[in-house]
Order: sequence, then C-alpha cells, then structure tokens
Amino acid sequence: MTTTESSLSEERLLEVSDLEKHFPIKQGFLKKEVGQILAVDGVNFHINDGETLGLVGESGCGKTTTARCILRAVDPTNGQILFRTREDEVVDIATLKGAELKKIRSDIQMIFQDPFSSLNPRMTLLDTIGEPLLLHNMGTKDDREQRVAELLEMVGLRPEYMRRFPHAFSGGQRQRIGIARALALNPKLVVADEPVSALDVSVQAQVLNLMVDLQEELGLTYLFVAHDLSVVKHISNRVAVMYVGKLVEMAPTDELFSTPKHPYTAALLSAVPEPDPRTKSERIILQGEVANPADPPSGCYFHPRCSYATEQCKLETPVLQEITDGHYVSCHRAEELILEGVLAE
Amino acid sequence: MMSSDQPILEVKNLETHFPLEEGTVVAVNGASFKVMPGKTLGIVGESGCGKSVAARSIMRILDKPGEIVGGEILFRRNMGESSEEVVDIASMDSNSPEIKSIRGGEIAYVFQEPMTSFSPVHTIGNQIIEAIRLHQDISKEGAKEVAIHALGAVGIPLAESRLNDYSFQLSGGLRQRAMIAMTLVSNPTILIADEPTTALDVTNQAQLLELMSELQTDNGMAIVLITHDLGVIAEMADHVSVMYLGEVVESAPVDDIFHNPQHPYTKALLKSIPKIRSNSSERLASISGTVPHPYDRPKGCAFGPRCDFFMPGRCDASIPVLQEVRPVHQVSCFLYDEGD
Amino acid sequence: MAEESLTEQEPLLEEITSQGTDQIYSASQWQLMWWRLKKHRLAMIASITLAILYFIVIFADFLAVAEPKTSEAKRGEMPPQGVHLTFDGINPKLYVYGTKGVRDSATFKKVFVADDTTRVPIKLFAKGYKYKILGVLPSDRHLFGVNAPLKAEEAIYLLGTDVQGRDVWSRLMLATRISMTIGLLSVSLSLFLGVLLGGISGYYGGLIDLVIQRIIEILRSIPTIPLWMAIAASVPQDWSIIRVYFAITIIIAMFEWTRLAREVRGRFLSLRDEDFVTAAALLGASKTRIIFRHMVPSFMSHIIASSTLMIPFIIISETSLSFLGLGLRPPAISWGVMLQAAQNVQTIALTPWQLIPAAFVVVAVLAFNFLGDGLRDAADPYG
Repeated sequence: MTTTESSLSEERLLEVSDLEKHFPIKQGFLKKEVGQILAVDGVNFHINDGETLGLVGESGCGKTTTARCILRAVDPTNGQILFRTREDEVVDIATLKGAELKKIRSDIQMIFQDPFSSLNPRMTLLDTIGEPLLLHNMGTKDDREQRVAELLEMVGLRPEYMRRFPHAFSGGQRQRIGIARALALNPKLVVADEPVSALDVSVQAQVLNLMVDLQEELGLTYLFVAHDLSVVKHISNRVAVMYVGKLVEMAPTDELFSTPKHPYTAALLSAVPEPDPRTKSERIILQGEVANPADPPSGCYFHPRCSYATEQCKLETPVLQEITDGHYVSCHRAEELILEGVLAE
Repeated sequence: MMSSDQPILEVKNLETHFPLEEGTVVAVNGASFKVMPGKTLGIVGESGCGKSVAARSIMRILDKPGEIVGGEILFRRNMGESSEEVVDIASMDSNSPEIKSIRGGEIAYVFQEPMTSFSPVHTIGNQIIEAIRLHQDISKEGAKEVAIHALGAVGIPLAESRLNDYSFQLSGGLRQRAMIAMTLVSNPTILIADEPTTALDVTNQAQLLELMSELQTDNGMAIVLITHDLGVIAEMADHVSVMYLGEVVESAPVDDIFHNPQHPYTKALLKSIPKIRSNSSERLASISGTVPHPYDRPKGCAFGPRCDFFMPGRCDASIPVLQEVRPVHQVSCFLYDEGD
Repeated sequence: MAEESLTEQEPLLEEITSQGTDQIYSASQWQLMWWRLKKHRLAMIASITLAILYFIVIFADFLAVAEPKTSEAKRGEMPPQGVHLTFDGINPKLYVYGTKGVRDSATFKKVFVADDTTRVPIKLFAKGYKYKILGVLPSDRHLFGVNAPLKAEEAIYLLGTDVQGRDVWSRLMLATRISMTIGLLSVSLSLFLGVLLGGISGYYGGLIDLVIQRIIEILRSIPTIPLWMAIAASVPQDWSIIRVYFAITIIIAMFEWTRLAREVRGRFLSLRDEDFVTAAALLGASKTRIIFRHMVPSFMSHIIASSTLMIPFIIISETSLSFLGLGLRPPAISWGVMLQAAQNVQTIALTPWQLIPAAFVVVAVLAFNFLGDGLRDAADPYG
C-alpha cells in the first residue's frame, strides 16, 4: 500500500481536507451538463482515534455525501482524505483504486439508516454477515459460521437465528444485523448514517446503547451522521455542523451546545423542542429557506438568513479557523458574537 | 361563542378495524379522548399505535378496508346564533353531505407528507380557490383575494405570485405552510395535524410550530397534534394522550405527562429519549423488545411483555381500562387498580 | 397507514402463508413465493391446465390416434363421433359407431351418419402408426385407438375430420406441441436478450444506455403486424418445417425482448441505489458478484412473472401469423395452421368442429395470463 507523504498527527485516525463533491446537472436528449450541485464544497475536519464525531445539518447540507466520500461510495471531486490503516500506514482514501481500495474497506465500514433496504431480503443472516468474511477470504466455512455466531451474540441476537431471513426481524433487530455485518471485519472506523432515525422511539435507545457498548468493547471510532441534535449530543465527543456543503462549526460536544460561535449553530440548537413543557426557551426562528447548493449566495452562504450579517458577510467567504482550543468556526464575526447555547456552562 | 368547559370533540371507545384477507388488524382498540375548544390535544405514540388511524377515523377518510366498528365520535357543531348541535361522526355515512361539510370545513386536516397533499397537476392557487369556493358562496376573484390573504397569513412571501406555482416548486416547509393556508380558509374549529413536521428539518419545524401557535391564538381553533416526537408534544400540547397498540394508556395535562407520568410505558418512553438541554450523558434507559404487530397482540395488557412492572397472572389475564387516578389524569394500568 | 409500514412486514407473512413460524423465518424467497402462489386459486387452476397442455406437448404422438398427415378423401369433413358405453359383464367398454357416407337426397351433399350396426371398440394402448417417444424411443402404442387393420369405416374421429379427411384430434395434439413450444422458445430467447441488453443498459448507463434505449424505442414504434408480414414473407418457401419454425421463433423474439429489457433496466436502476447493494460494494464485493448475487436474484421472480405474461402474446402472434398464411405453413401443424381452414363463414357454419383449435388458443392464453398474474402477486413477498 502506498504511504502518502502528508503526515497525520499521532492521535488522529482520519483527516479530511478541502473535500469537494460536485454533482453535474444534466438536461435534454443528449444529457448535456448545464450546471453543478456543490454537494460538498470544501470541507475540513478530523476524527481522533477512539472518539465519536457527530456530523449534523439539515437535509441537503451534504453530510451524507461527505460520509459517502470517506467510504468511497462516491468518488470525491477534489480534496484529500488521510486515514491511518490498521498497519499504521497513512493513505489518502480519495485516490485509492482497485485492490488497495478493497483492502481499506475492511478498516472502514458503514451502518445504514434504513434497516429494511440495507439488508438483502434474499440472503440469510449467515450469508449477509458472512459476506464480508467471504469477500476478504477469512477462514473456512466453519470458521465463518462461528464468527457470525459470535457477531450475532455481540449485537444481542441469538446465534440460532443465523439461518433466518431478514423478514423474520423487526426494524431494531435488523439494525443490529446491519451493525454485526459492519463489525465482521473488525473495522477501525464505522460511519453511521442516521442509524436510529428510522427506528421507533422506544427502540432507538437500545441501538444507541449497543453502539456505545461496542465502542468501548472494541475501541471503535464513529463518524455519526444525523439530523437529530439530541441524539448527536448524547453519543458524540465532538460535533461538526454543516450548512450548504460547508462546515460552519466544529467543537467538543459540551462546548458546542453551551457556547456555539456560529449563528447557524445557535439557531439550529434553539429550534430543537425539548421534551419538557417547563423549559420553553427563546427560539431563534430563521427567516427564509436553506440556500440552493446549485446556486449558492455570495460570501457566507448563511448571510441571507443571518441576523448578524454585515457587508463583509455578503462579499467574503469565511474560512474555518480555530478560535479557541479545538473550537473551529467559519464566521467573520465569530470572536465578537456572544450566542446562547442550550446547555448551562 | 361556545362554552369552553365542554369538549368540542369527544371520542368514546373508538374501535377501527382493517379486515384483511389474512385477518383483522385492530388498529384502534377502544380509544377515548377529548378535545377542548381553543386548546391543543397532543396524541403521542410509536408506529402502529393507531394514532393516525384514529385521526383518519374522525375525518372519515380511512383507507380501505378500514371501518369504524364501535364507539362514538361526538362533535359539537356551532349552528350560529349561539345554538349548538352534537353530532356523532362515527354513525354518519362516510359520503354523506353532512360529513363532507364537516370535513375540510369545520374540521381541517394536515397530512404528514407535504409532497402528496397537493395535486401536482394543478397550481396551488387553483386548489386553494377551489377549497374556498367549496365551502363559501364567493366569486372567483373574491376567493383569490382570500387565498392571497391566507398564504400571507401563514408567512409565505410573495403570496400573489405563489398562487401560480405548482406544489413541487415549493420547498417542504413552504408546501406545508400552503397546506395549512388551504385548510384555514374555511375557518375550522378543529385542526387535526398528523405528524405535520416529521418530514421537515428542525428549523422548518420550529417555523411551522410557531405558525400553528400563532394561528391558534388568532383563530381560537382547537388543535389535535399527532406525533411521535415528545419534544413537539411538550412544546405545543395542553393535554396529552399517550397511545400504545390502538389504546390510550395515559391521558393527562402536559405538565403531568412529563413531570408526573404514571403509566410504565410513558415513564419508560421519557427515560429512553436523549435530552438536548441536560448536561448528563448517562446511559439511556431502553425499553426491551419491539412494538408488536397488531396481528398478534399480547394477551391482557398490550404493553405487558415489555413492562418492567409486569405482574404475571394479572397483566396477562385481563385488559386494564382507562381510569382516573388523579383529577384529569387517567391511566390504564393495573398498578393503579384500587379494586382488588 | 404510512406510519405502520415499518412494522407491517414480518408477521404478515405468517398469516399469509399459514406455515409454522420457524419454517417461515428460514424460508427462502422461492419458498415464500410458492406458498403465496398456492393460495392463488385461479393461478393454481391455470397451472394444472398448463401442465396438461405441456403433457400433450411431450406425448403428442402417444395421444394422437391417426397419422395426422394421412388424408383420406372419403372421410372429408366428418363430424365428431359420439362415444358410447356398454358393459361386458362388469367390464365397461367404450365404443363408437362406424360411419356411413350417404348423399342427402334433397341437397345432394355428402353427409355422414352413424351406422349403429357396426360398433368400433376403443382400445387402450392400441397399436397405431409408428413414432418416437421424445424423439428417441421408437413405439407404435397410442393411448387409445382401434387395432389394425384399419378400414376407413372403422376409425375413431373424436373431433371429426378436416376437408382432407385428416383426424382433427390427432392434428390438434401435434399442433399443441408446436404452438406451445414456440411461445416458450421465443420467450426464452427474449428473456436472454432482454436481461442481457437491459442489464447492460441499466447497470452501465451512459452512452451505451442511450444507444440501447433509442434502439428499443425505434423497434417499438414500428407497427408489428405489417413488420412481421414483411419479414415472414421473406422466409424462403423451400425451407423445411423446422427452419421455418425457428425463423418464426426468432422473428417474434426479436421484437418482444424490448419489453423485458425495459423492465430489467428499470429494476437495475432502482436497485443500483438500494442500500444493500451499496453495502455489498462497501464490503469490497466485485461488480460481477453484486450483479449476480445481489441484483439479479432480487428481480428474477418479477422477470419470470412478466415472461409468463408474455407467452400468451406470443402464442397469439404465432396463431395470427399462421392464420394469415405468413407463419408456419402446411405441412407444419400449429393451431394457427389448423384455423386457416376455418377462414370462411361456410366452413364455420358447416363444419364447426374445425374451430376447436381456437378453444385451445383461448384456454392456453387465459391460463398463462392467470398464472402470470398469480406469479406477479406472489413474486414480491416483501412488498
């Protein structure tokens, strides 16, 4: 495997720099390209070994596309994705091809949102969970069967169920099966794309707890993509917020929720209704609509909806910078604004 | 004006079944709740609890082959000149002129999916104008005025030009506002909103909830808010009914539900959700198992197999009934059964 | 009931299939499909009908009575005979009366009357003309018949004879063989082309998809009957039956694959974005594995259902072509060829039994349609 020149500091498992993904807009009989959707528009962040980074934002903000670039489910247009493999080599996932890409797949796995479409209804649990083992030539048939039994037990399902088909299981149980499949190859990084949003409220907690337990047990690192801020706050060590293809803020969870520095983050946090009628807090109601990623506004993409916007915000695009230790913000007025969070400091 | 201590809508022991070839799905199994004028009733529950079917039963817009097989839906109609009439919606023919004048007139309904609630082949304006003229004797131009006013009232910018848009040209949030605008033109006394914000992002949700509160203050209509999101319930509701597998298991004022819940299901549900405004990052308490399918309801109390306080021989032997444990706080659980 | 959709699936199956829980949970898609199909009454009746028809296809010669090509001028246009039953002690015996040709004194037309003085006994497993079972084993046994020597007066014509005095029953058996296999063969060929081209189109997309789609559109925009007429007319007159048979098969398949190709392409497009396909790719599965292990099995049952629904269409096509004299030609025997004789009102009025092949066409078409519907309903136990 080729080792990239770029360095990755000791505690980091993954570092994404200037990641871009553009989707062409095609029209007409001959499918001519008439424009581009800037789904991911220059994103920088890193994930430390063993932590959970929450990636939040509203629909269409590019969080899922970012995750899929890291998984190479889509090929990034530009940018670098440095990753430390289990052999302690640093590779750029963005440029990997063929056998090297296949090799890295055992290090990075995914948990899907929809527990129904993410399992092949025509395959038994044994086939589904055993598939990664088969693909990476791990062990004999009996070894694989034993490993599947182990994995099922690990996610809280009975190993006797391995010859059943997915239709025998409920949403929550299917999500466990998906987790078992993701863990089959002992990955280092697990990308979870809205893993609980399709589940019933009473089942969400089961799956979240399982993910926390497995992280402790196996030393996993999570990239947790979600729109539900309460869930993200519960599970993440650090949180990154995206808006129209760009990262607007990234900070340790408690800091982000108590002292947000970006007006968008503050608005987002205040919009979450708390399940307690006694804490009806002041809500920041954003005006207007999310910008169109095919035709974003000038300067800061958030300025048309921002109540703190100045002339500078309309003209200059802010860059993500570290304003205090580990707190990154992309706002011209980050240092002067005092915004309210949802947590007491 | 109606007297405000009388419910405007009272659902008593509603039973709605879906007789399918493979067996009967008991979607609503004897649910009862009251809607007070000008107040918001929150109905909360997970998938399959029958909350949407209950709402559709009130509107008499059940999907086939759903049918109301028991219970009453008493609706107090304002007949003008301070005279009132109580009608039973459950006993009406679902195509009768009477239910048609109630549906979309006095009781308005907002769907979960804003994409499908408008016809894609007509402009928003045409659909709203049609809705106005269906219930009011008014000229086209007059109706257009009302429509523009209604779109403006729900905070849609450039309302006049939006009339010529098709629903797919609007974003989800705007579409849901337009839907509400359309339902409000008939001055309903009750607005039933079935998961109105589920398909929306959190900032759009905040906008919409704000709008609904404002409209309620202005028009004095009652709202029935159906959702699985306890945050939305806490924000909006005055009174809450918690449903599980077709039954109302607890019914109480909103503060009681969140600060003094009585039913084990309500308690467990509240403990299982992460809260954004609390500093603790404790492990979540989870409810074991999954919601059973209405085909194979457990014997006795529907929540029994998942309940921490399950009493063998009691909870699996008979079905608890909803009874008052404190003033205006009703629970359906044997833990509160004084009778034995 | 949108909110119910997440939990609706599992226990439903139990109700639908009435099998034990454990059996269902570890049942494969084909088993689930079969359990569902079994509950579809019309489809089951159709399956039995088709099984009988294909039994005829395999054992046509065994079921035939008389050499279907032997014409007998004296026996032209004989009406079907009635079968009679008698008891020889306790053994039941079937027989038909011999027939006599007489002139109607008023019209001077030749009519056949039953001659109740001669009883022709029907024998089971009688000896008749020589043929080969499945084209290999030589035999001269037939399900029933009269033992040789054959006198023209002492033959069995259950369904009468045609204008050349050939036994309609025997010809019908052999016609069934050709008509029923032509549908199957054409569909197999269309299936192959459709899955291949539709698959390429759907999986790779881009330019190749564009080209294939335009070809399909052009092919589908041509009116079929005139086109077939043109192509069939170019089949040389001196080709052997077997060559014409295959030519017709290919001509029909050439236009029918487009429908399947469209369906396969659609399935590929929608499956390409399914999470479980992405999941397989993320696990490092190769393209071939993704296509053949994950994608194709997901829609194969649908494709089989669609193919079944295509067969009746092809049977009708063959029948129409042959009826118009553009498909198979005598001495080949197919339902269409047999119906050619019934092209004028006079024939239909005077010898209505020559229309019996039409009944077979109707039954076969209906049976395929019912089975196809049943398969289609059963094909998606998950949706």
